[in-house]
Amino acid sequence: MADFEIPSISVPIEIPTLNRDAMKHSSPFIAAPKHQEALGFPGELVDDWQSKAIDKFGELLSKSRALQVYMDSCVKCGACTDKCHYFLGTGDPKNMPVARQDLMRKVYRRNFTLAGKLVPWLVGAEDLTEEVLDDWYTYFHQCSQCRRCSVYCPYGIDTAEISMAAREIMDHIGKGQKYCNEILGKVHVIGNNLGLPEKALAHTLEDLEEDIEDETGVTVKLPLNQKGVDILLVTPSADFFAEPHVDGLIGYAKVFHQAGVSWTISSYASEAANFAMFIGSVEQMTLVAERIRKAAQDLGVKRIVFGECGHAWRVAYSFMNTLVGPFDFLDPDYPVPQHICEFTYDLIEAGALTLDKSANDHMTLTFHDSCNVARGSRMGNKPGGQFEIPRAIIKACCNNFVDMAADTIKEGTFCCGGGGGLLTDDLIEIRTKGASPRMRALKEVVEEQGVTHMAAICAICKSQFSKVMPSYGFSMDQIVSVHQLVSNAIVLDGQVVDDAENDVVTTAKNTDSNGDIATA
Amino acid sequence: MAYEINGTTVEADEEGYITDISLWNPELAVLIAEGENIEMDDDSWEVVNFLRNYYEEYQIAPAVRVLTKAIKKSLGPEKGNSKYLYELFPYGPAKQACKIAGLPKPTGCV
Repeated sequence: MADFEIPSISVPIEIPTLNRDAMKHSSPFIAAPKHQEALGFPGELVDDWQSKAIDKFGELLSKSRALQVYMDSCVKCGACTDKCHYFLGTGDPKNMPVARQDLMRKVYRRNFTLAGKLVPWLVGAEDLTEEVLDDWYTYFHQCSQCRRCSVYCPYGIDTAEISMAAREIMDHIGKGQKYCNEILGKVHVIGNNLGLPEKALAHTLEDLEEDIEDETGVTVKLPLNQKGVDILLVTPSADFFAEPHVDGLIGYAKVFHQAGVSWTISSYASEAANFAMFIGSVEQMTLVAERIRKAAQDLGVKRIVFGECGHAWRVAYSFMNTLVGPFDFLDPDYPVPQHICEFTYDLIEAGALTLDKSANDHMTLTFHDSCNVARGSRMGNKPGGQFEIPRAIIKACCNNFVDMAADTIKEGTFCCGGGGGLLTDDLIEIRTKGASPRMRALKEVVEEQGVTHMAAICAICKSQFSKVMPSYGFSMDQIVSVHQLVSNAIVLDGQVVDDAENDVVTTAKNTDSNGDIATA
Repeated sequence: MAYEINGTTVEADEEGYITDISLWNPELAVLIAEGENIEMDDDSWEVVNFLRNYYEEYQIAPAVRVLTKAIKKSLGPEKGNSKYLYELFPYGPAKQACKIAGLPKPTGCV
């Protein structure tokens, strides 16, 4: 079906032969004036775009010491060159992190350094010409801001920050990306990326309640806009819509039910994702985060729990308090905010959940660490908790678990290929090619250790894999949600269990935890 | 882009989703489907009609799970599953069937 070549994954990862301009043709649809203007950006490329861009660049440099250091400190050691999944999947030299950074660095040198102003030809300095701007638009939309390269950079140069800055500059001269900017407009008006109105959300949740009751015989509620409850669940809207995301949502609901806590979803803040991070806009990121704060206050909750969404968790864990804090109206005995995996893990540790691992015996699992969770946040109270807690949950719910190769997981994890605002059909070629390092690592454990399914805790990863896995000989349902595994294994009080012999009503261990187990 | 049908022009976005959903009609659906290499049979129409009815009530396409449940009710369990829906609409029942039904594309992490 694809009209491009799918990279071979039958050989070990190797540095590809350089293929100049291999992905020069790939750039996403440009945002329409209405999408731009809704976010306060110019509708189309402004007449004096060049000087406006340099002004904005200067402003960003003055605000961000990090950006200034990243522009100055690269020594061209080459450590990053073979670390980007998009380079590994395409061979395009501009997808080497150093070359991607240099698209911006050369303009920095020309405009902000003495040598670049006087002798540009000696120091690799260049003006921001139309051709350079096109390169920016093309190649800064071939970066998923996954930060794998920065792990291997001896100076810690973060290409994600550079790509965010480039996109911020382009938005301010009227050259924004349709996918991200259209979606942000929907969040401001409707409350989520999908554009799912309250009535449809309510209907979807009722439908899921019916399904759970049909499956288990237990009434499990998915409350909407309920005031005075303990917990506000903020989850990616894909959890209401797509597969396998929705199976994860069912898992959260069962865990809350079994913990005996009161909780709700908010239609006003029916989105965990914050695409403003992808476009590097602090103003937009603040507006989106503010919705969550407002929903929590209006509903009078004591805690905020985030569902399975990678970059949402980075924003929530690392930035939310700075953007829209303090959250002093929440219960200080619990993490602010808390990840659903922390919530479930604490219950497992306390022995408060009955989990029947055999319910997942038809699968052998591996775990894909999502980049923003792995490299942009943490979970629990120990270093590396973001790696160990999801794995501990999977192992508590499944008998068969195998990790992929060590250099492709945890802090070295490969991006799914669809992160950072690239999960759009107009970028399917770069998405597919960029997934090849992960697909290769998966293939290895499938063939050698019998892995049948890969679990993830990010809506983008799940959608990306279900789309691109068929190109690599896998099926789209081989990607699962971590809380889907919990949902399969959890035995609810009073649940009717389909036994091979007869139907039995379990007397699952009664929990009186009320979920009152805080992560210290 | 745009579709030409019965002497009129119906505007669409870069990906072929029509921009004014009130201009949709069944002939246009067949034309859009042709562009997607899909031949509209009774089952495809069942899906497209369900999407349009759902959209009219909820202003959005239904979740995949809601769609499969509805199709299971109308066409039976052997067709009410995502595998069959992907056979009808290989690029995904949500996105491709929405395009044919004249509805906006679902956006976000889907």
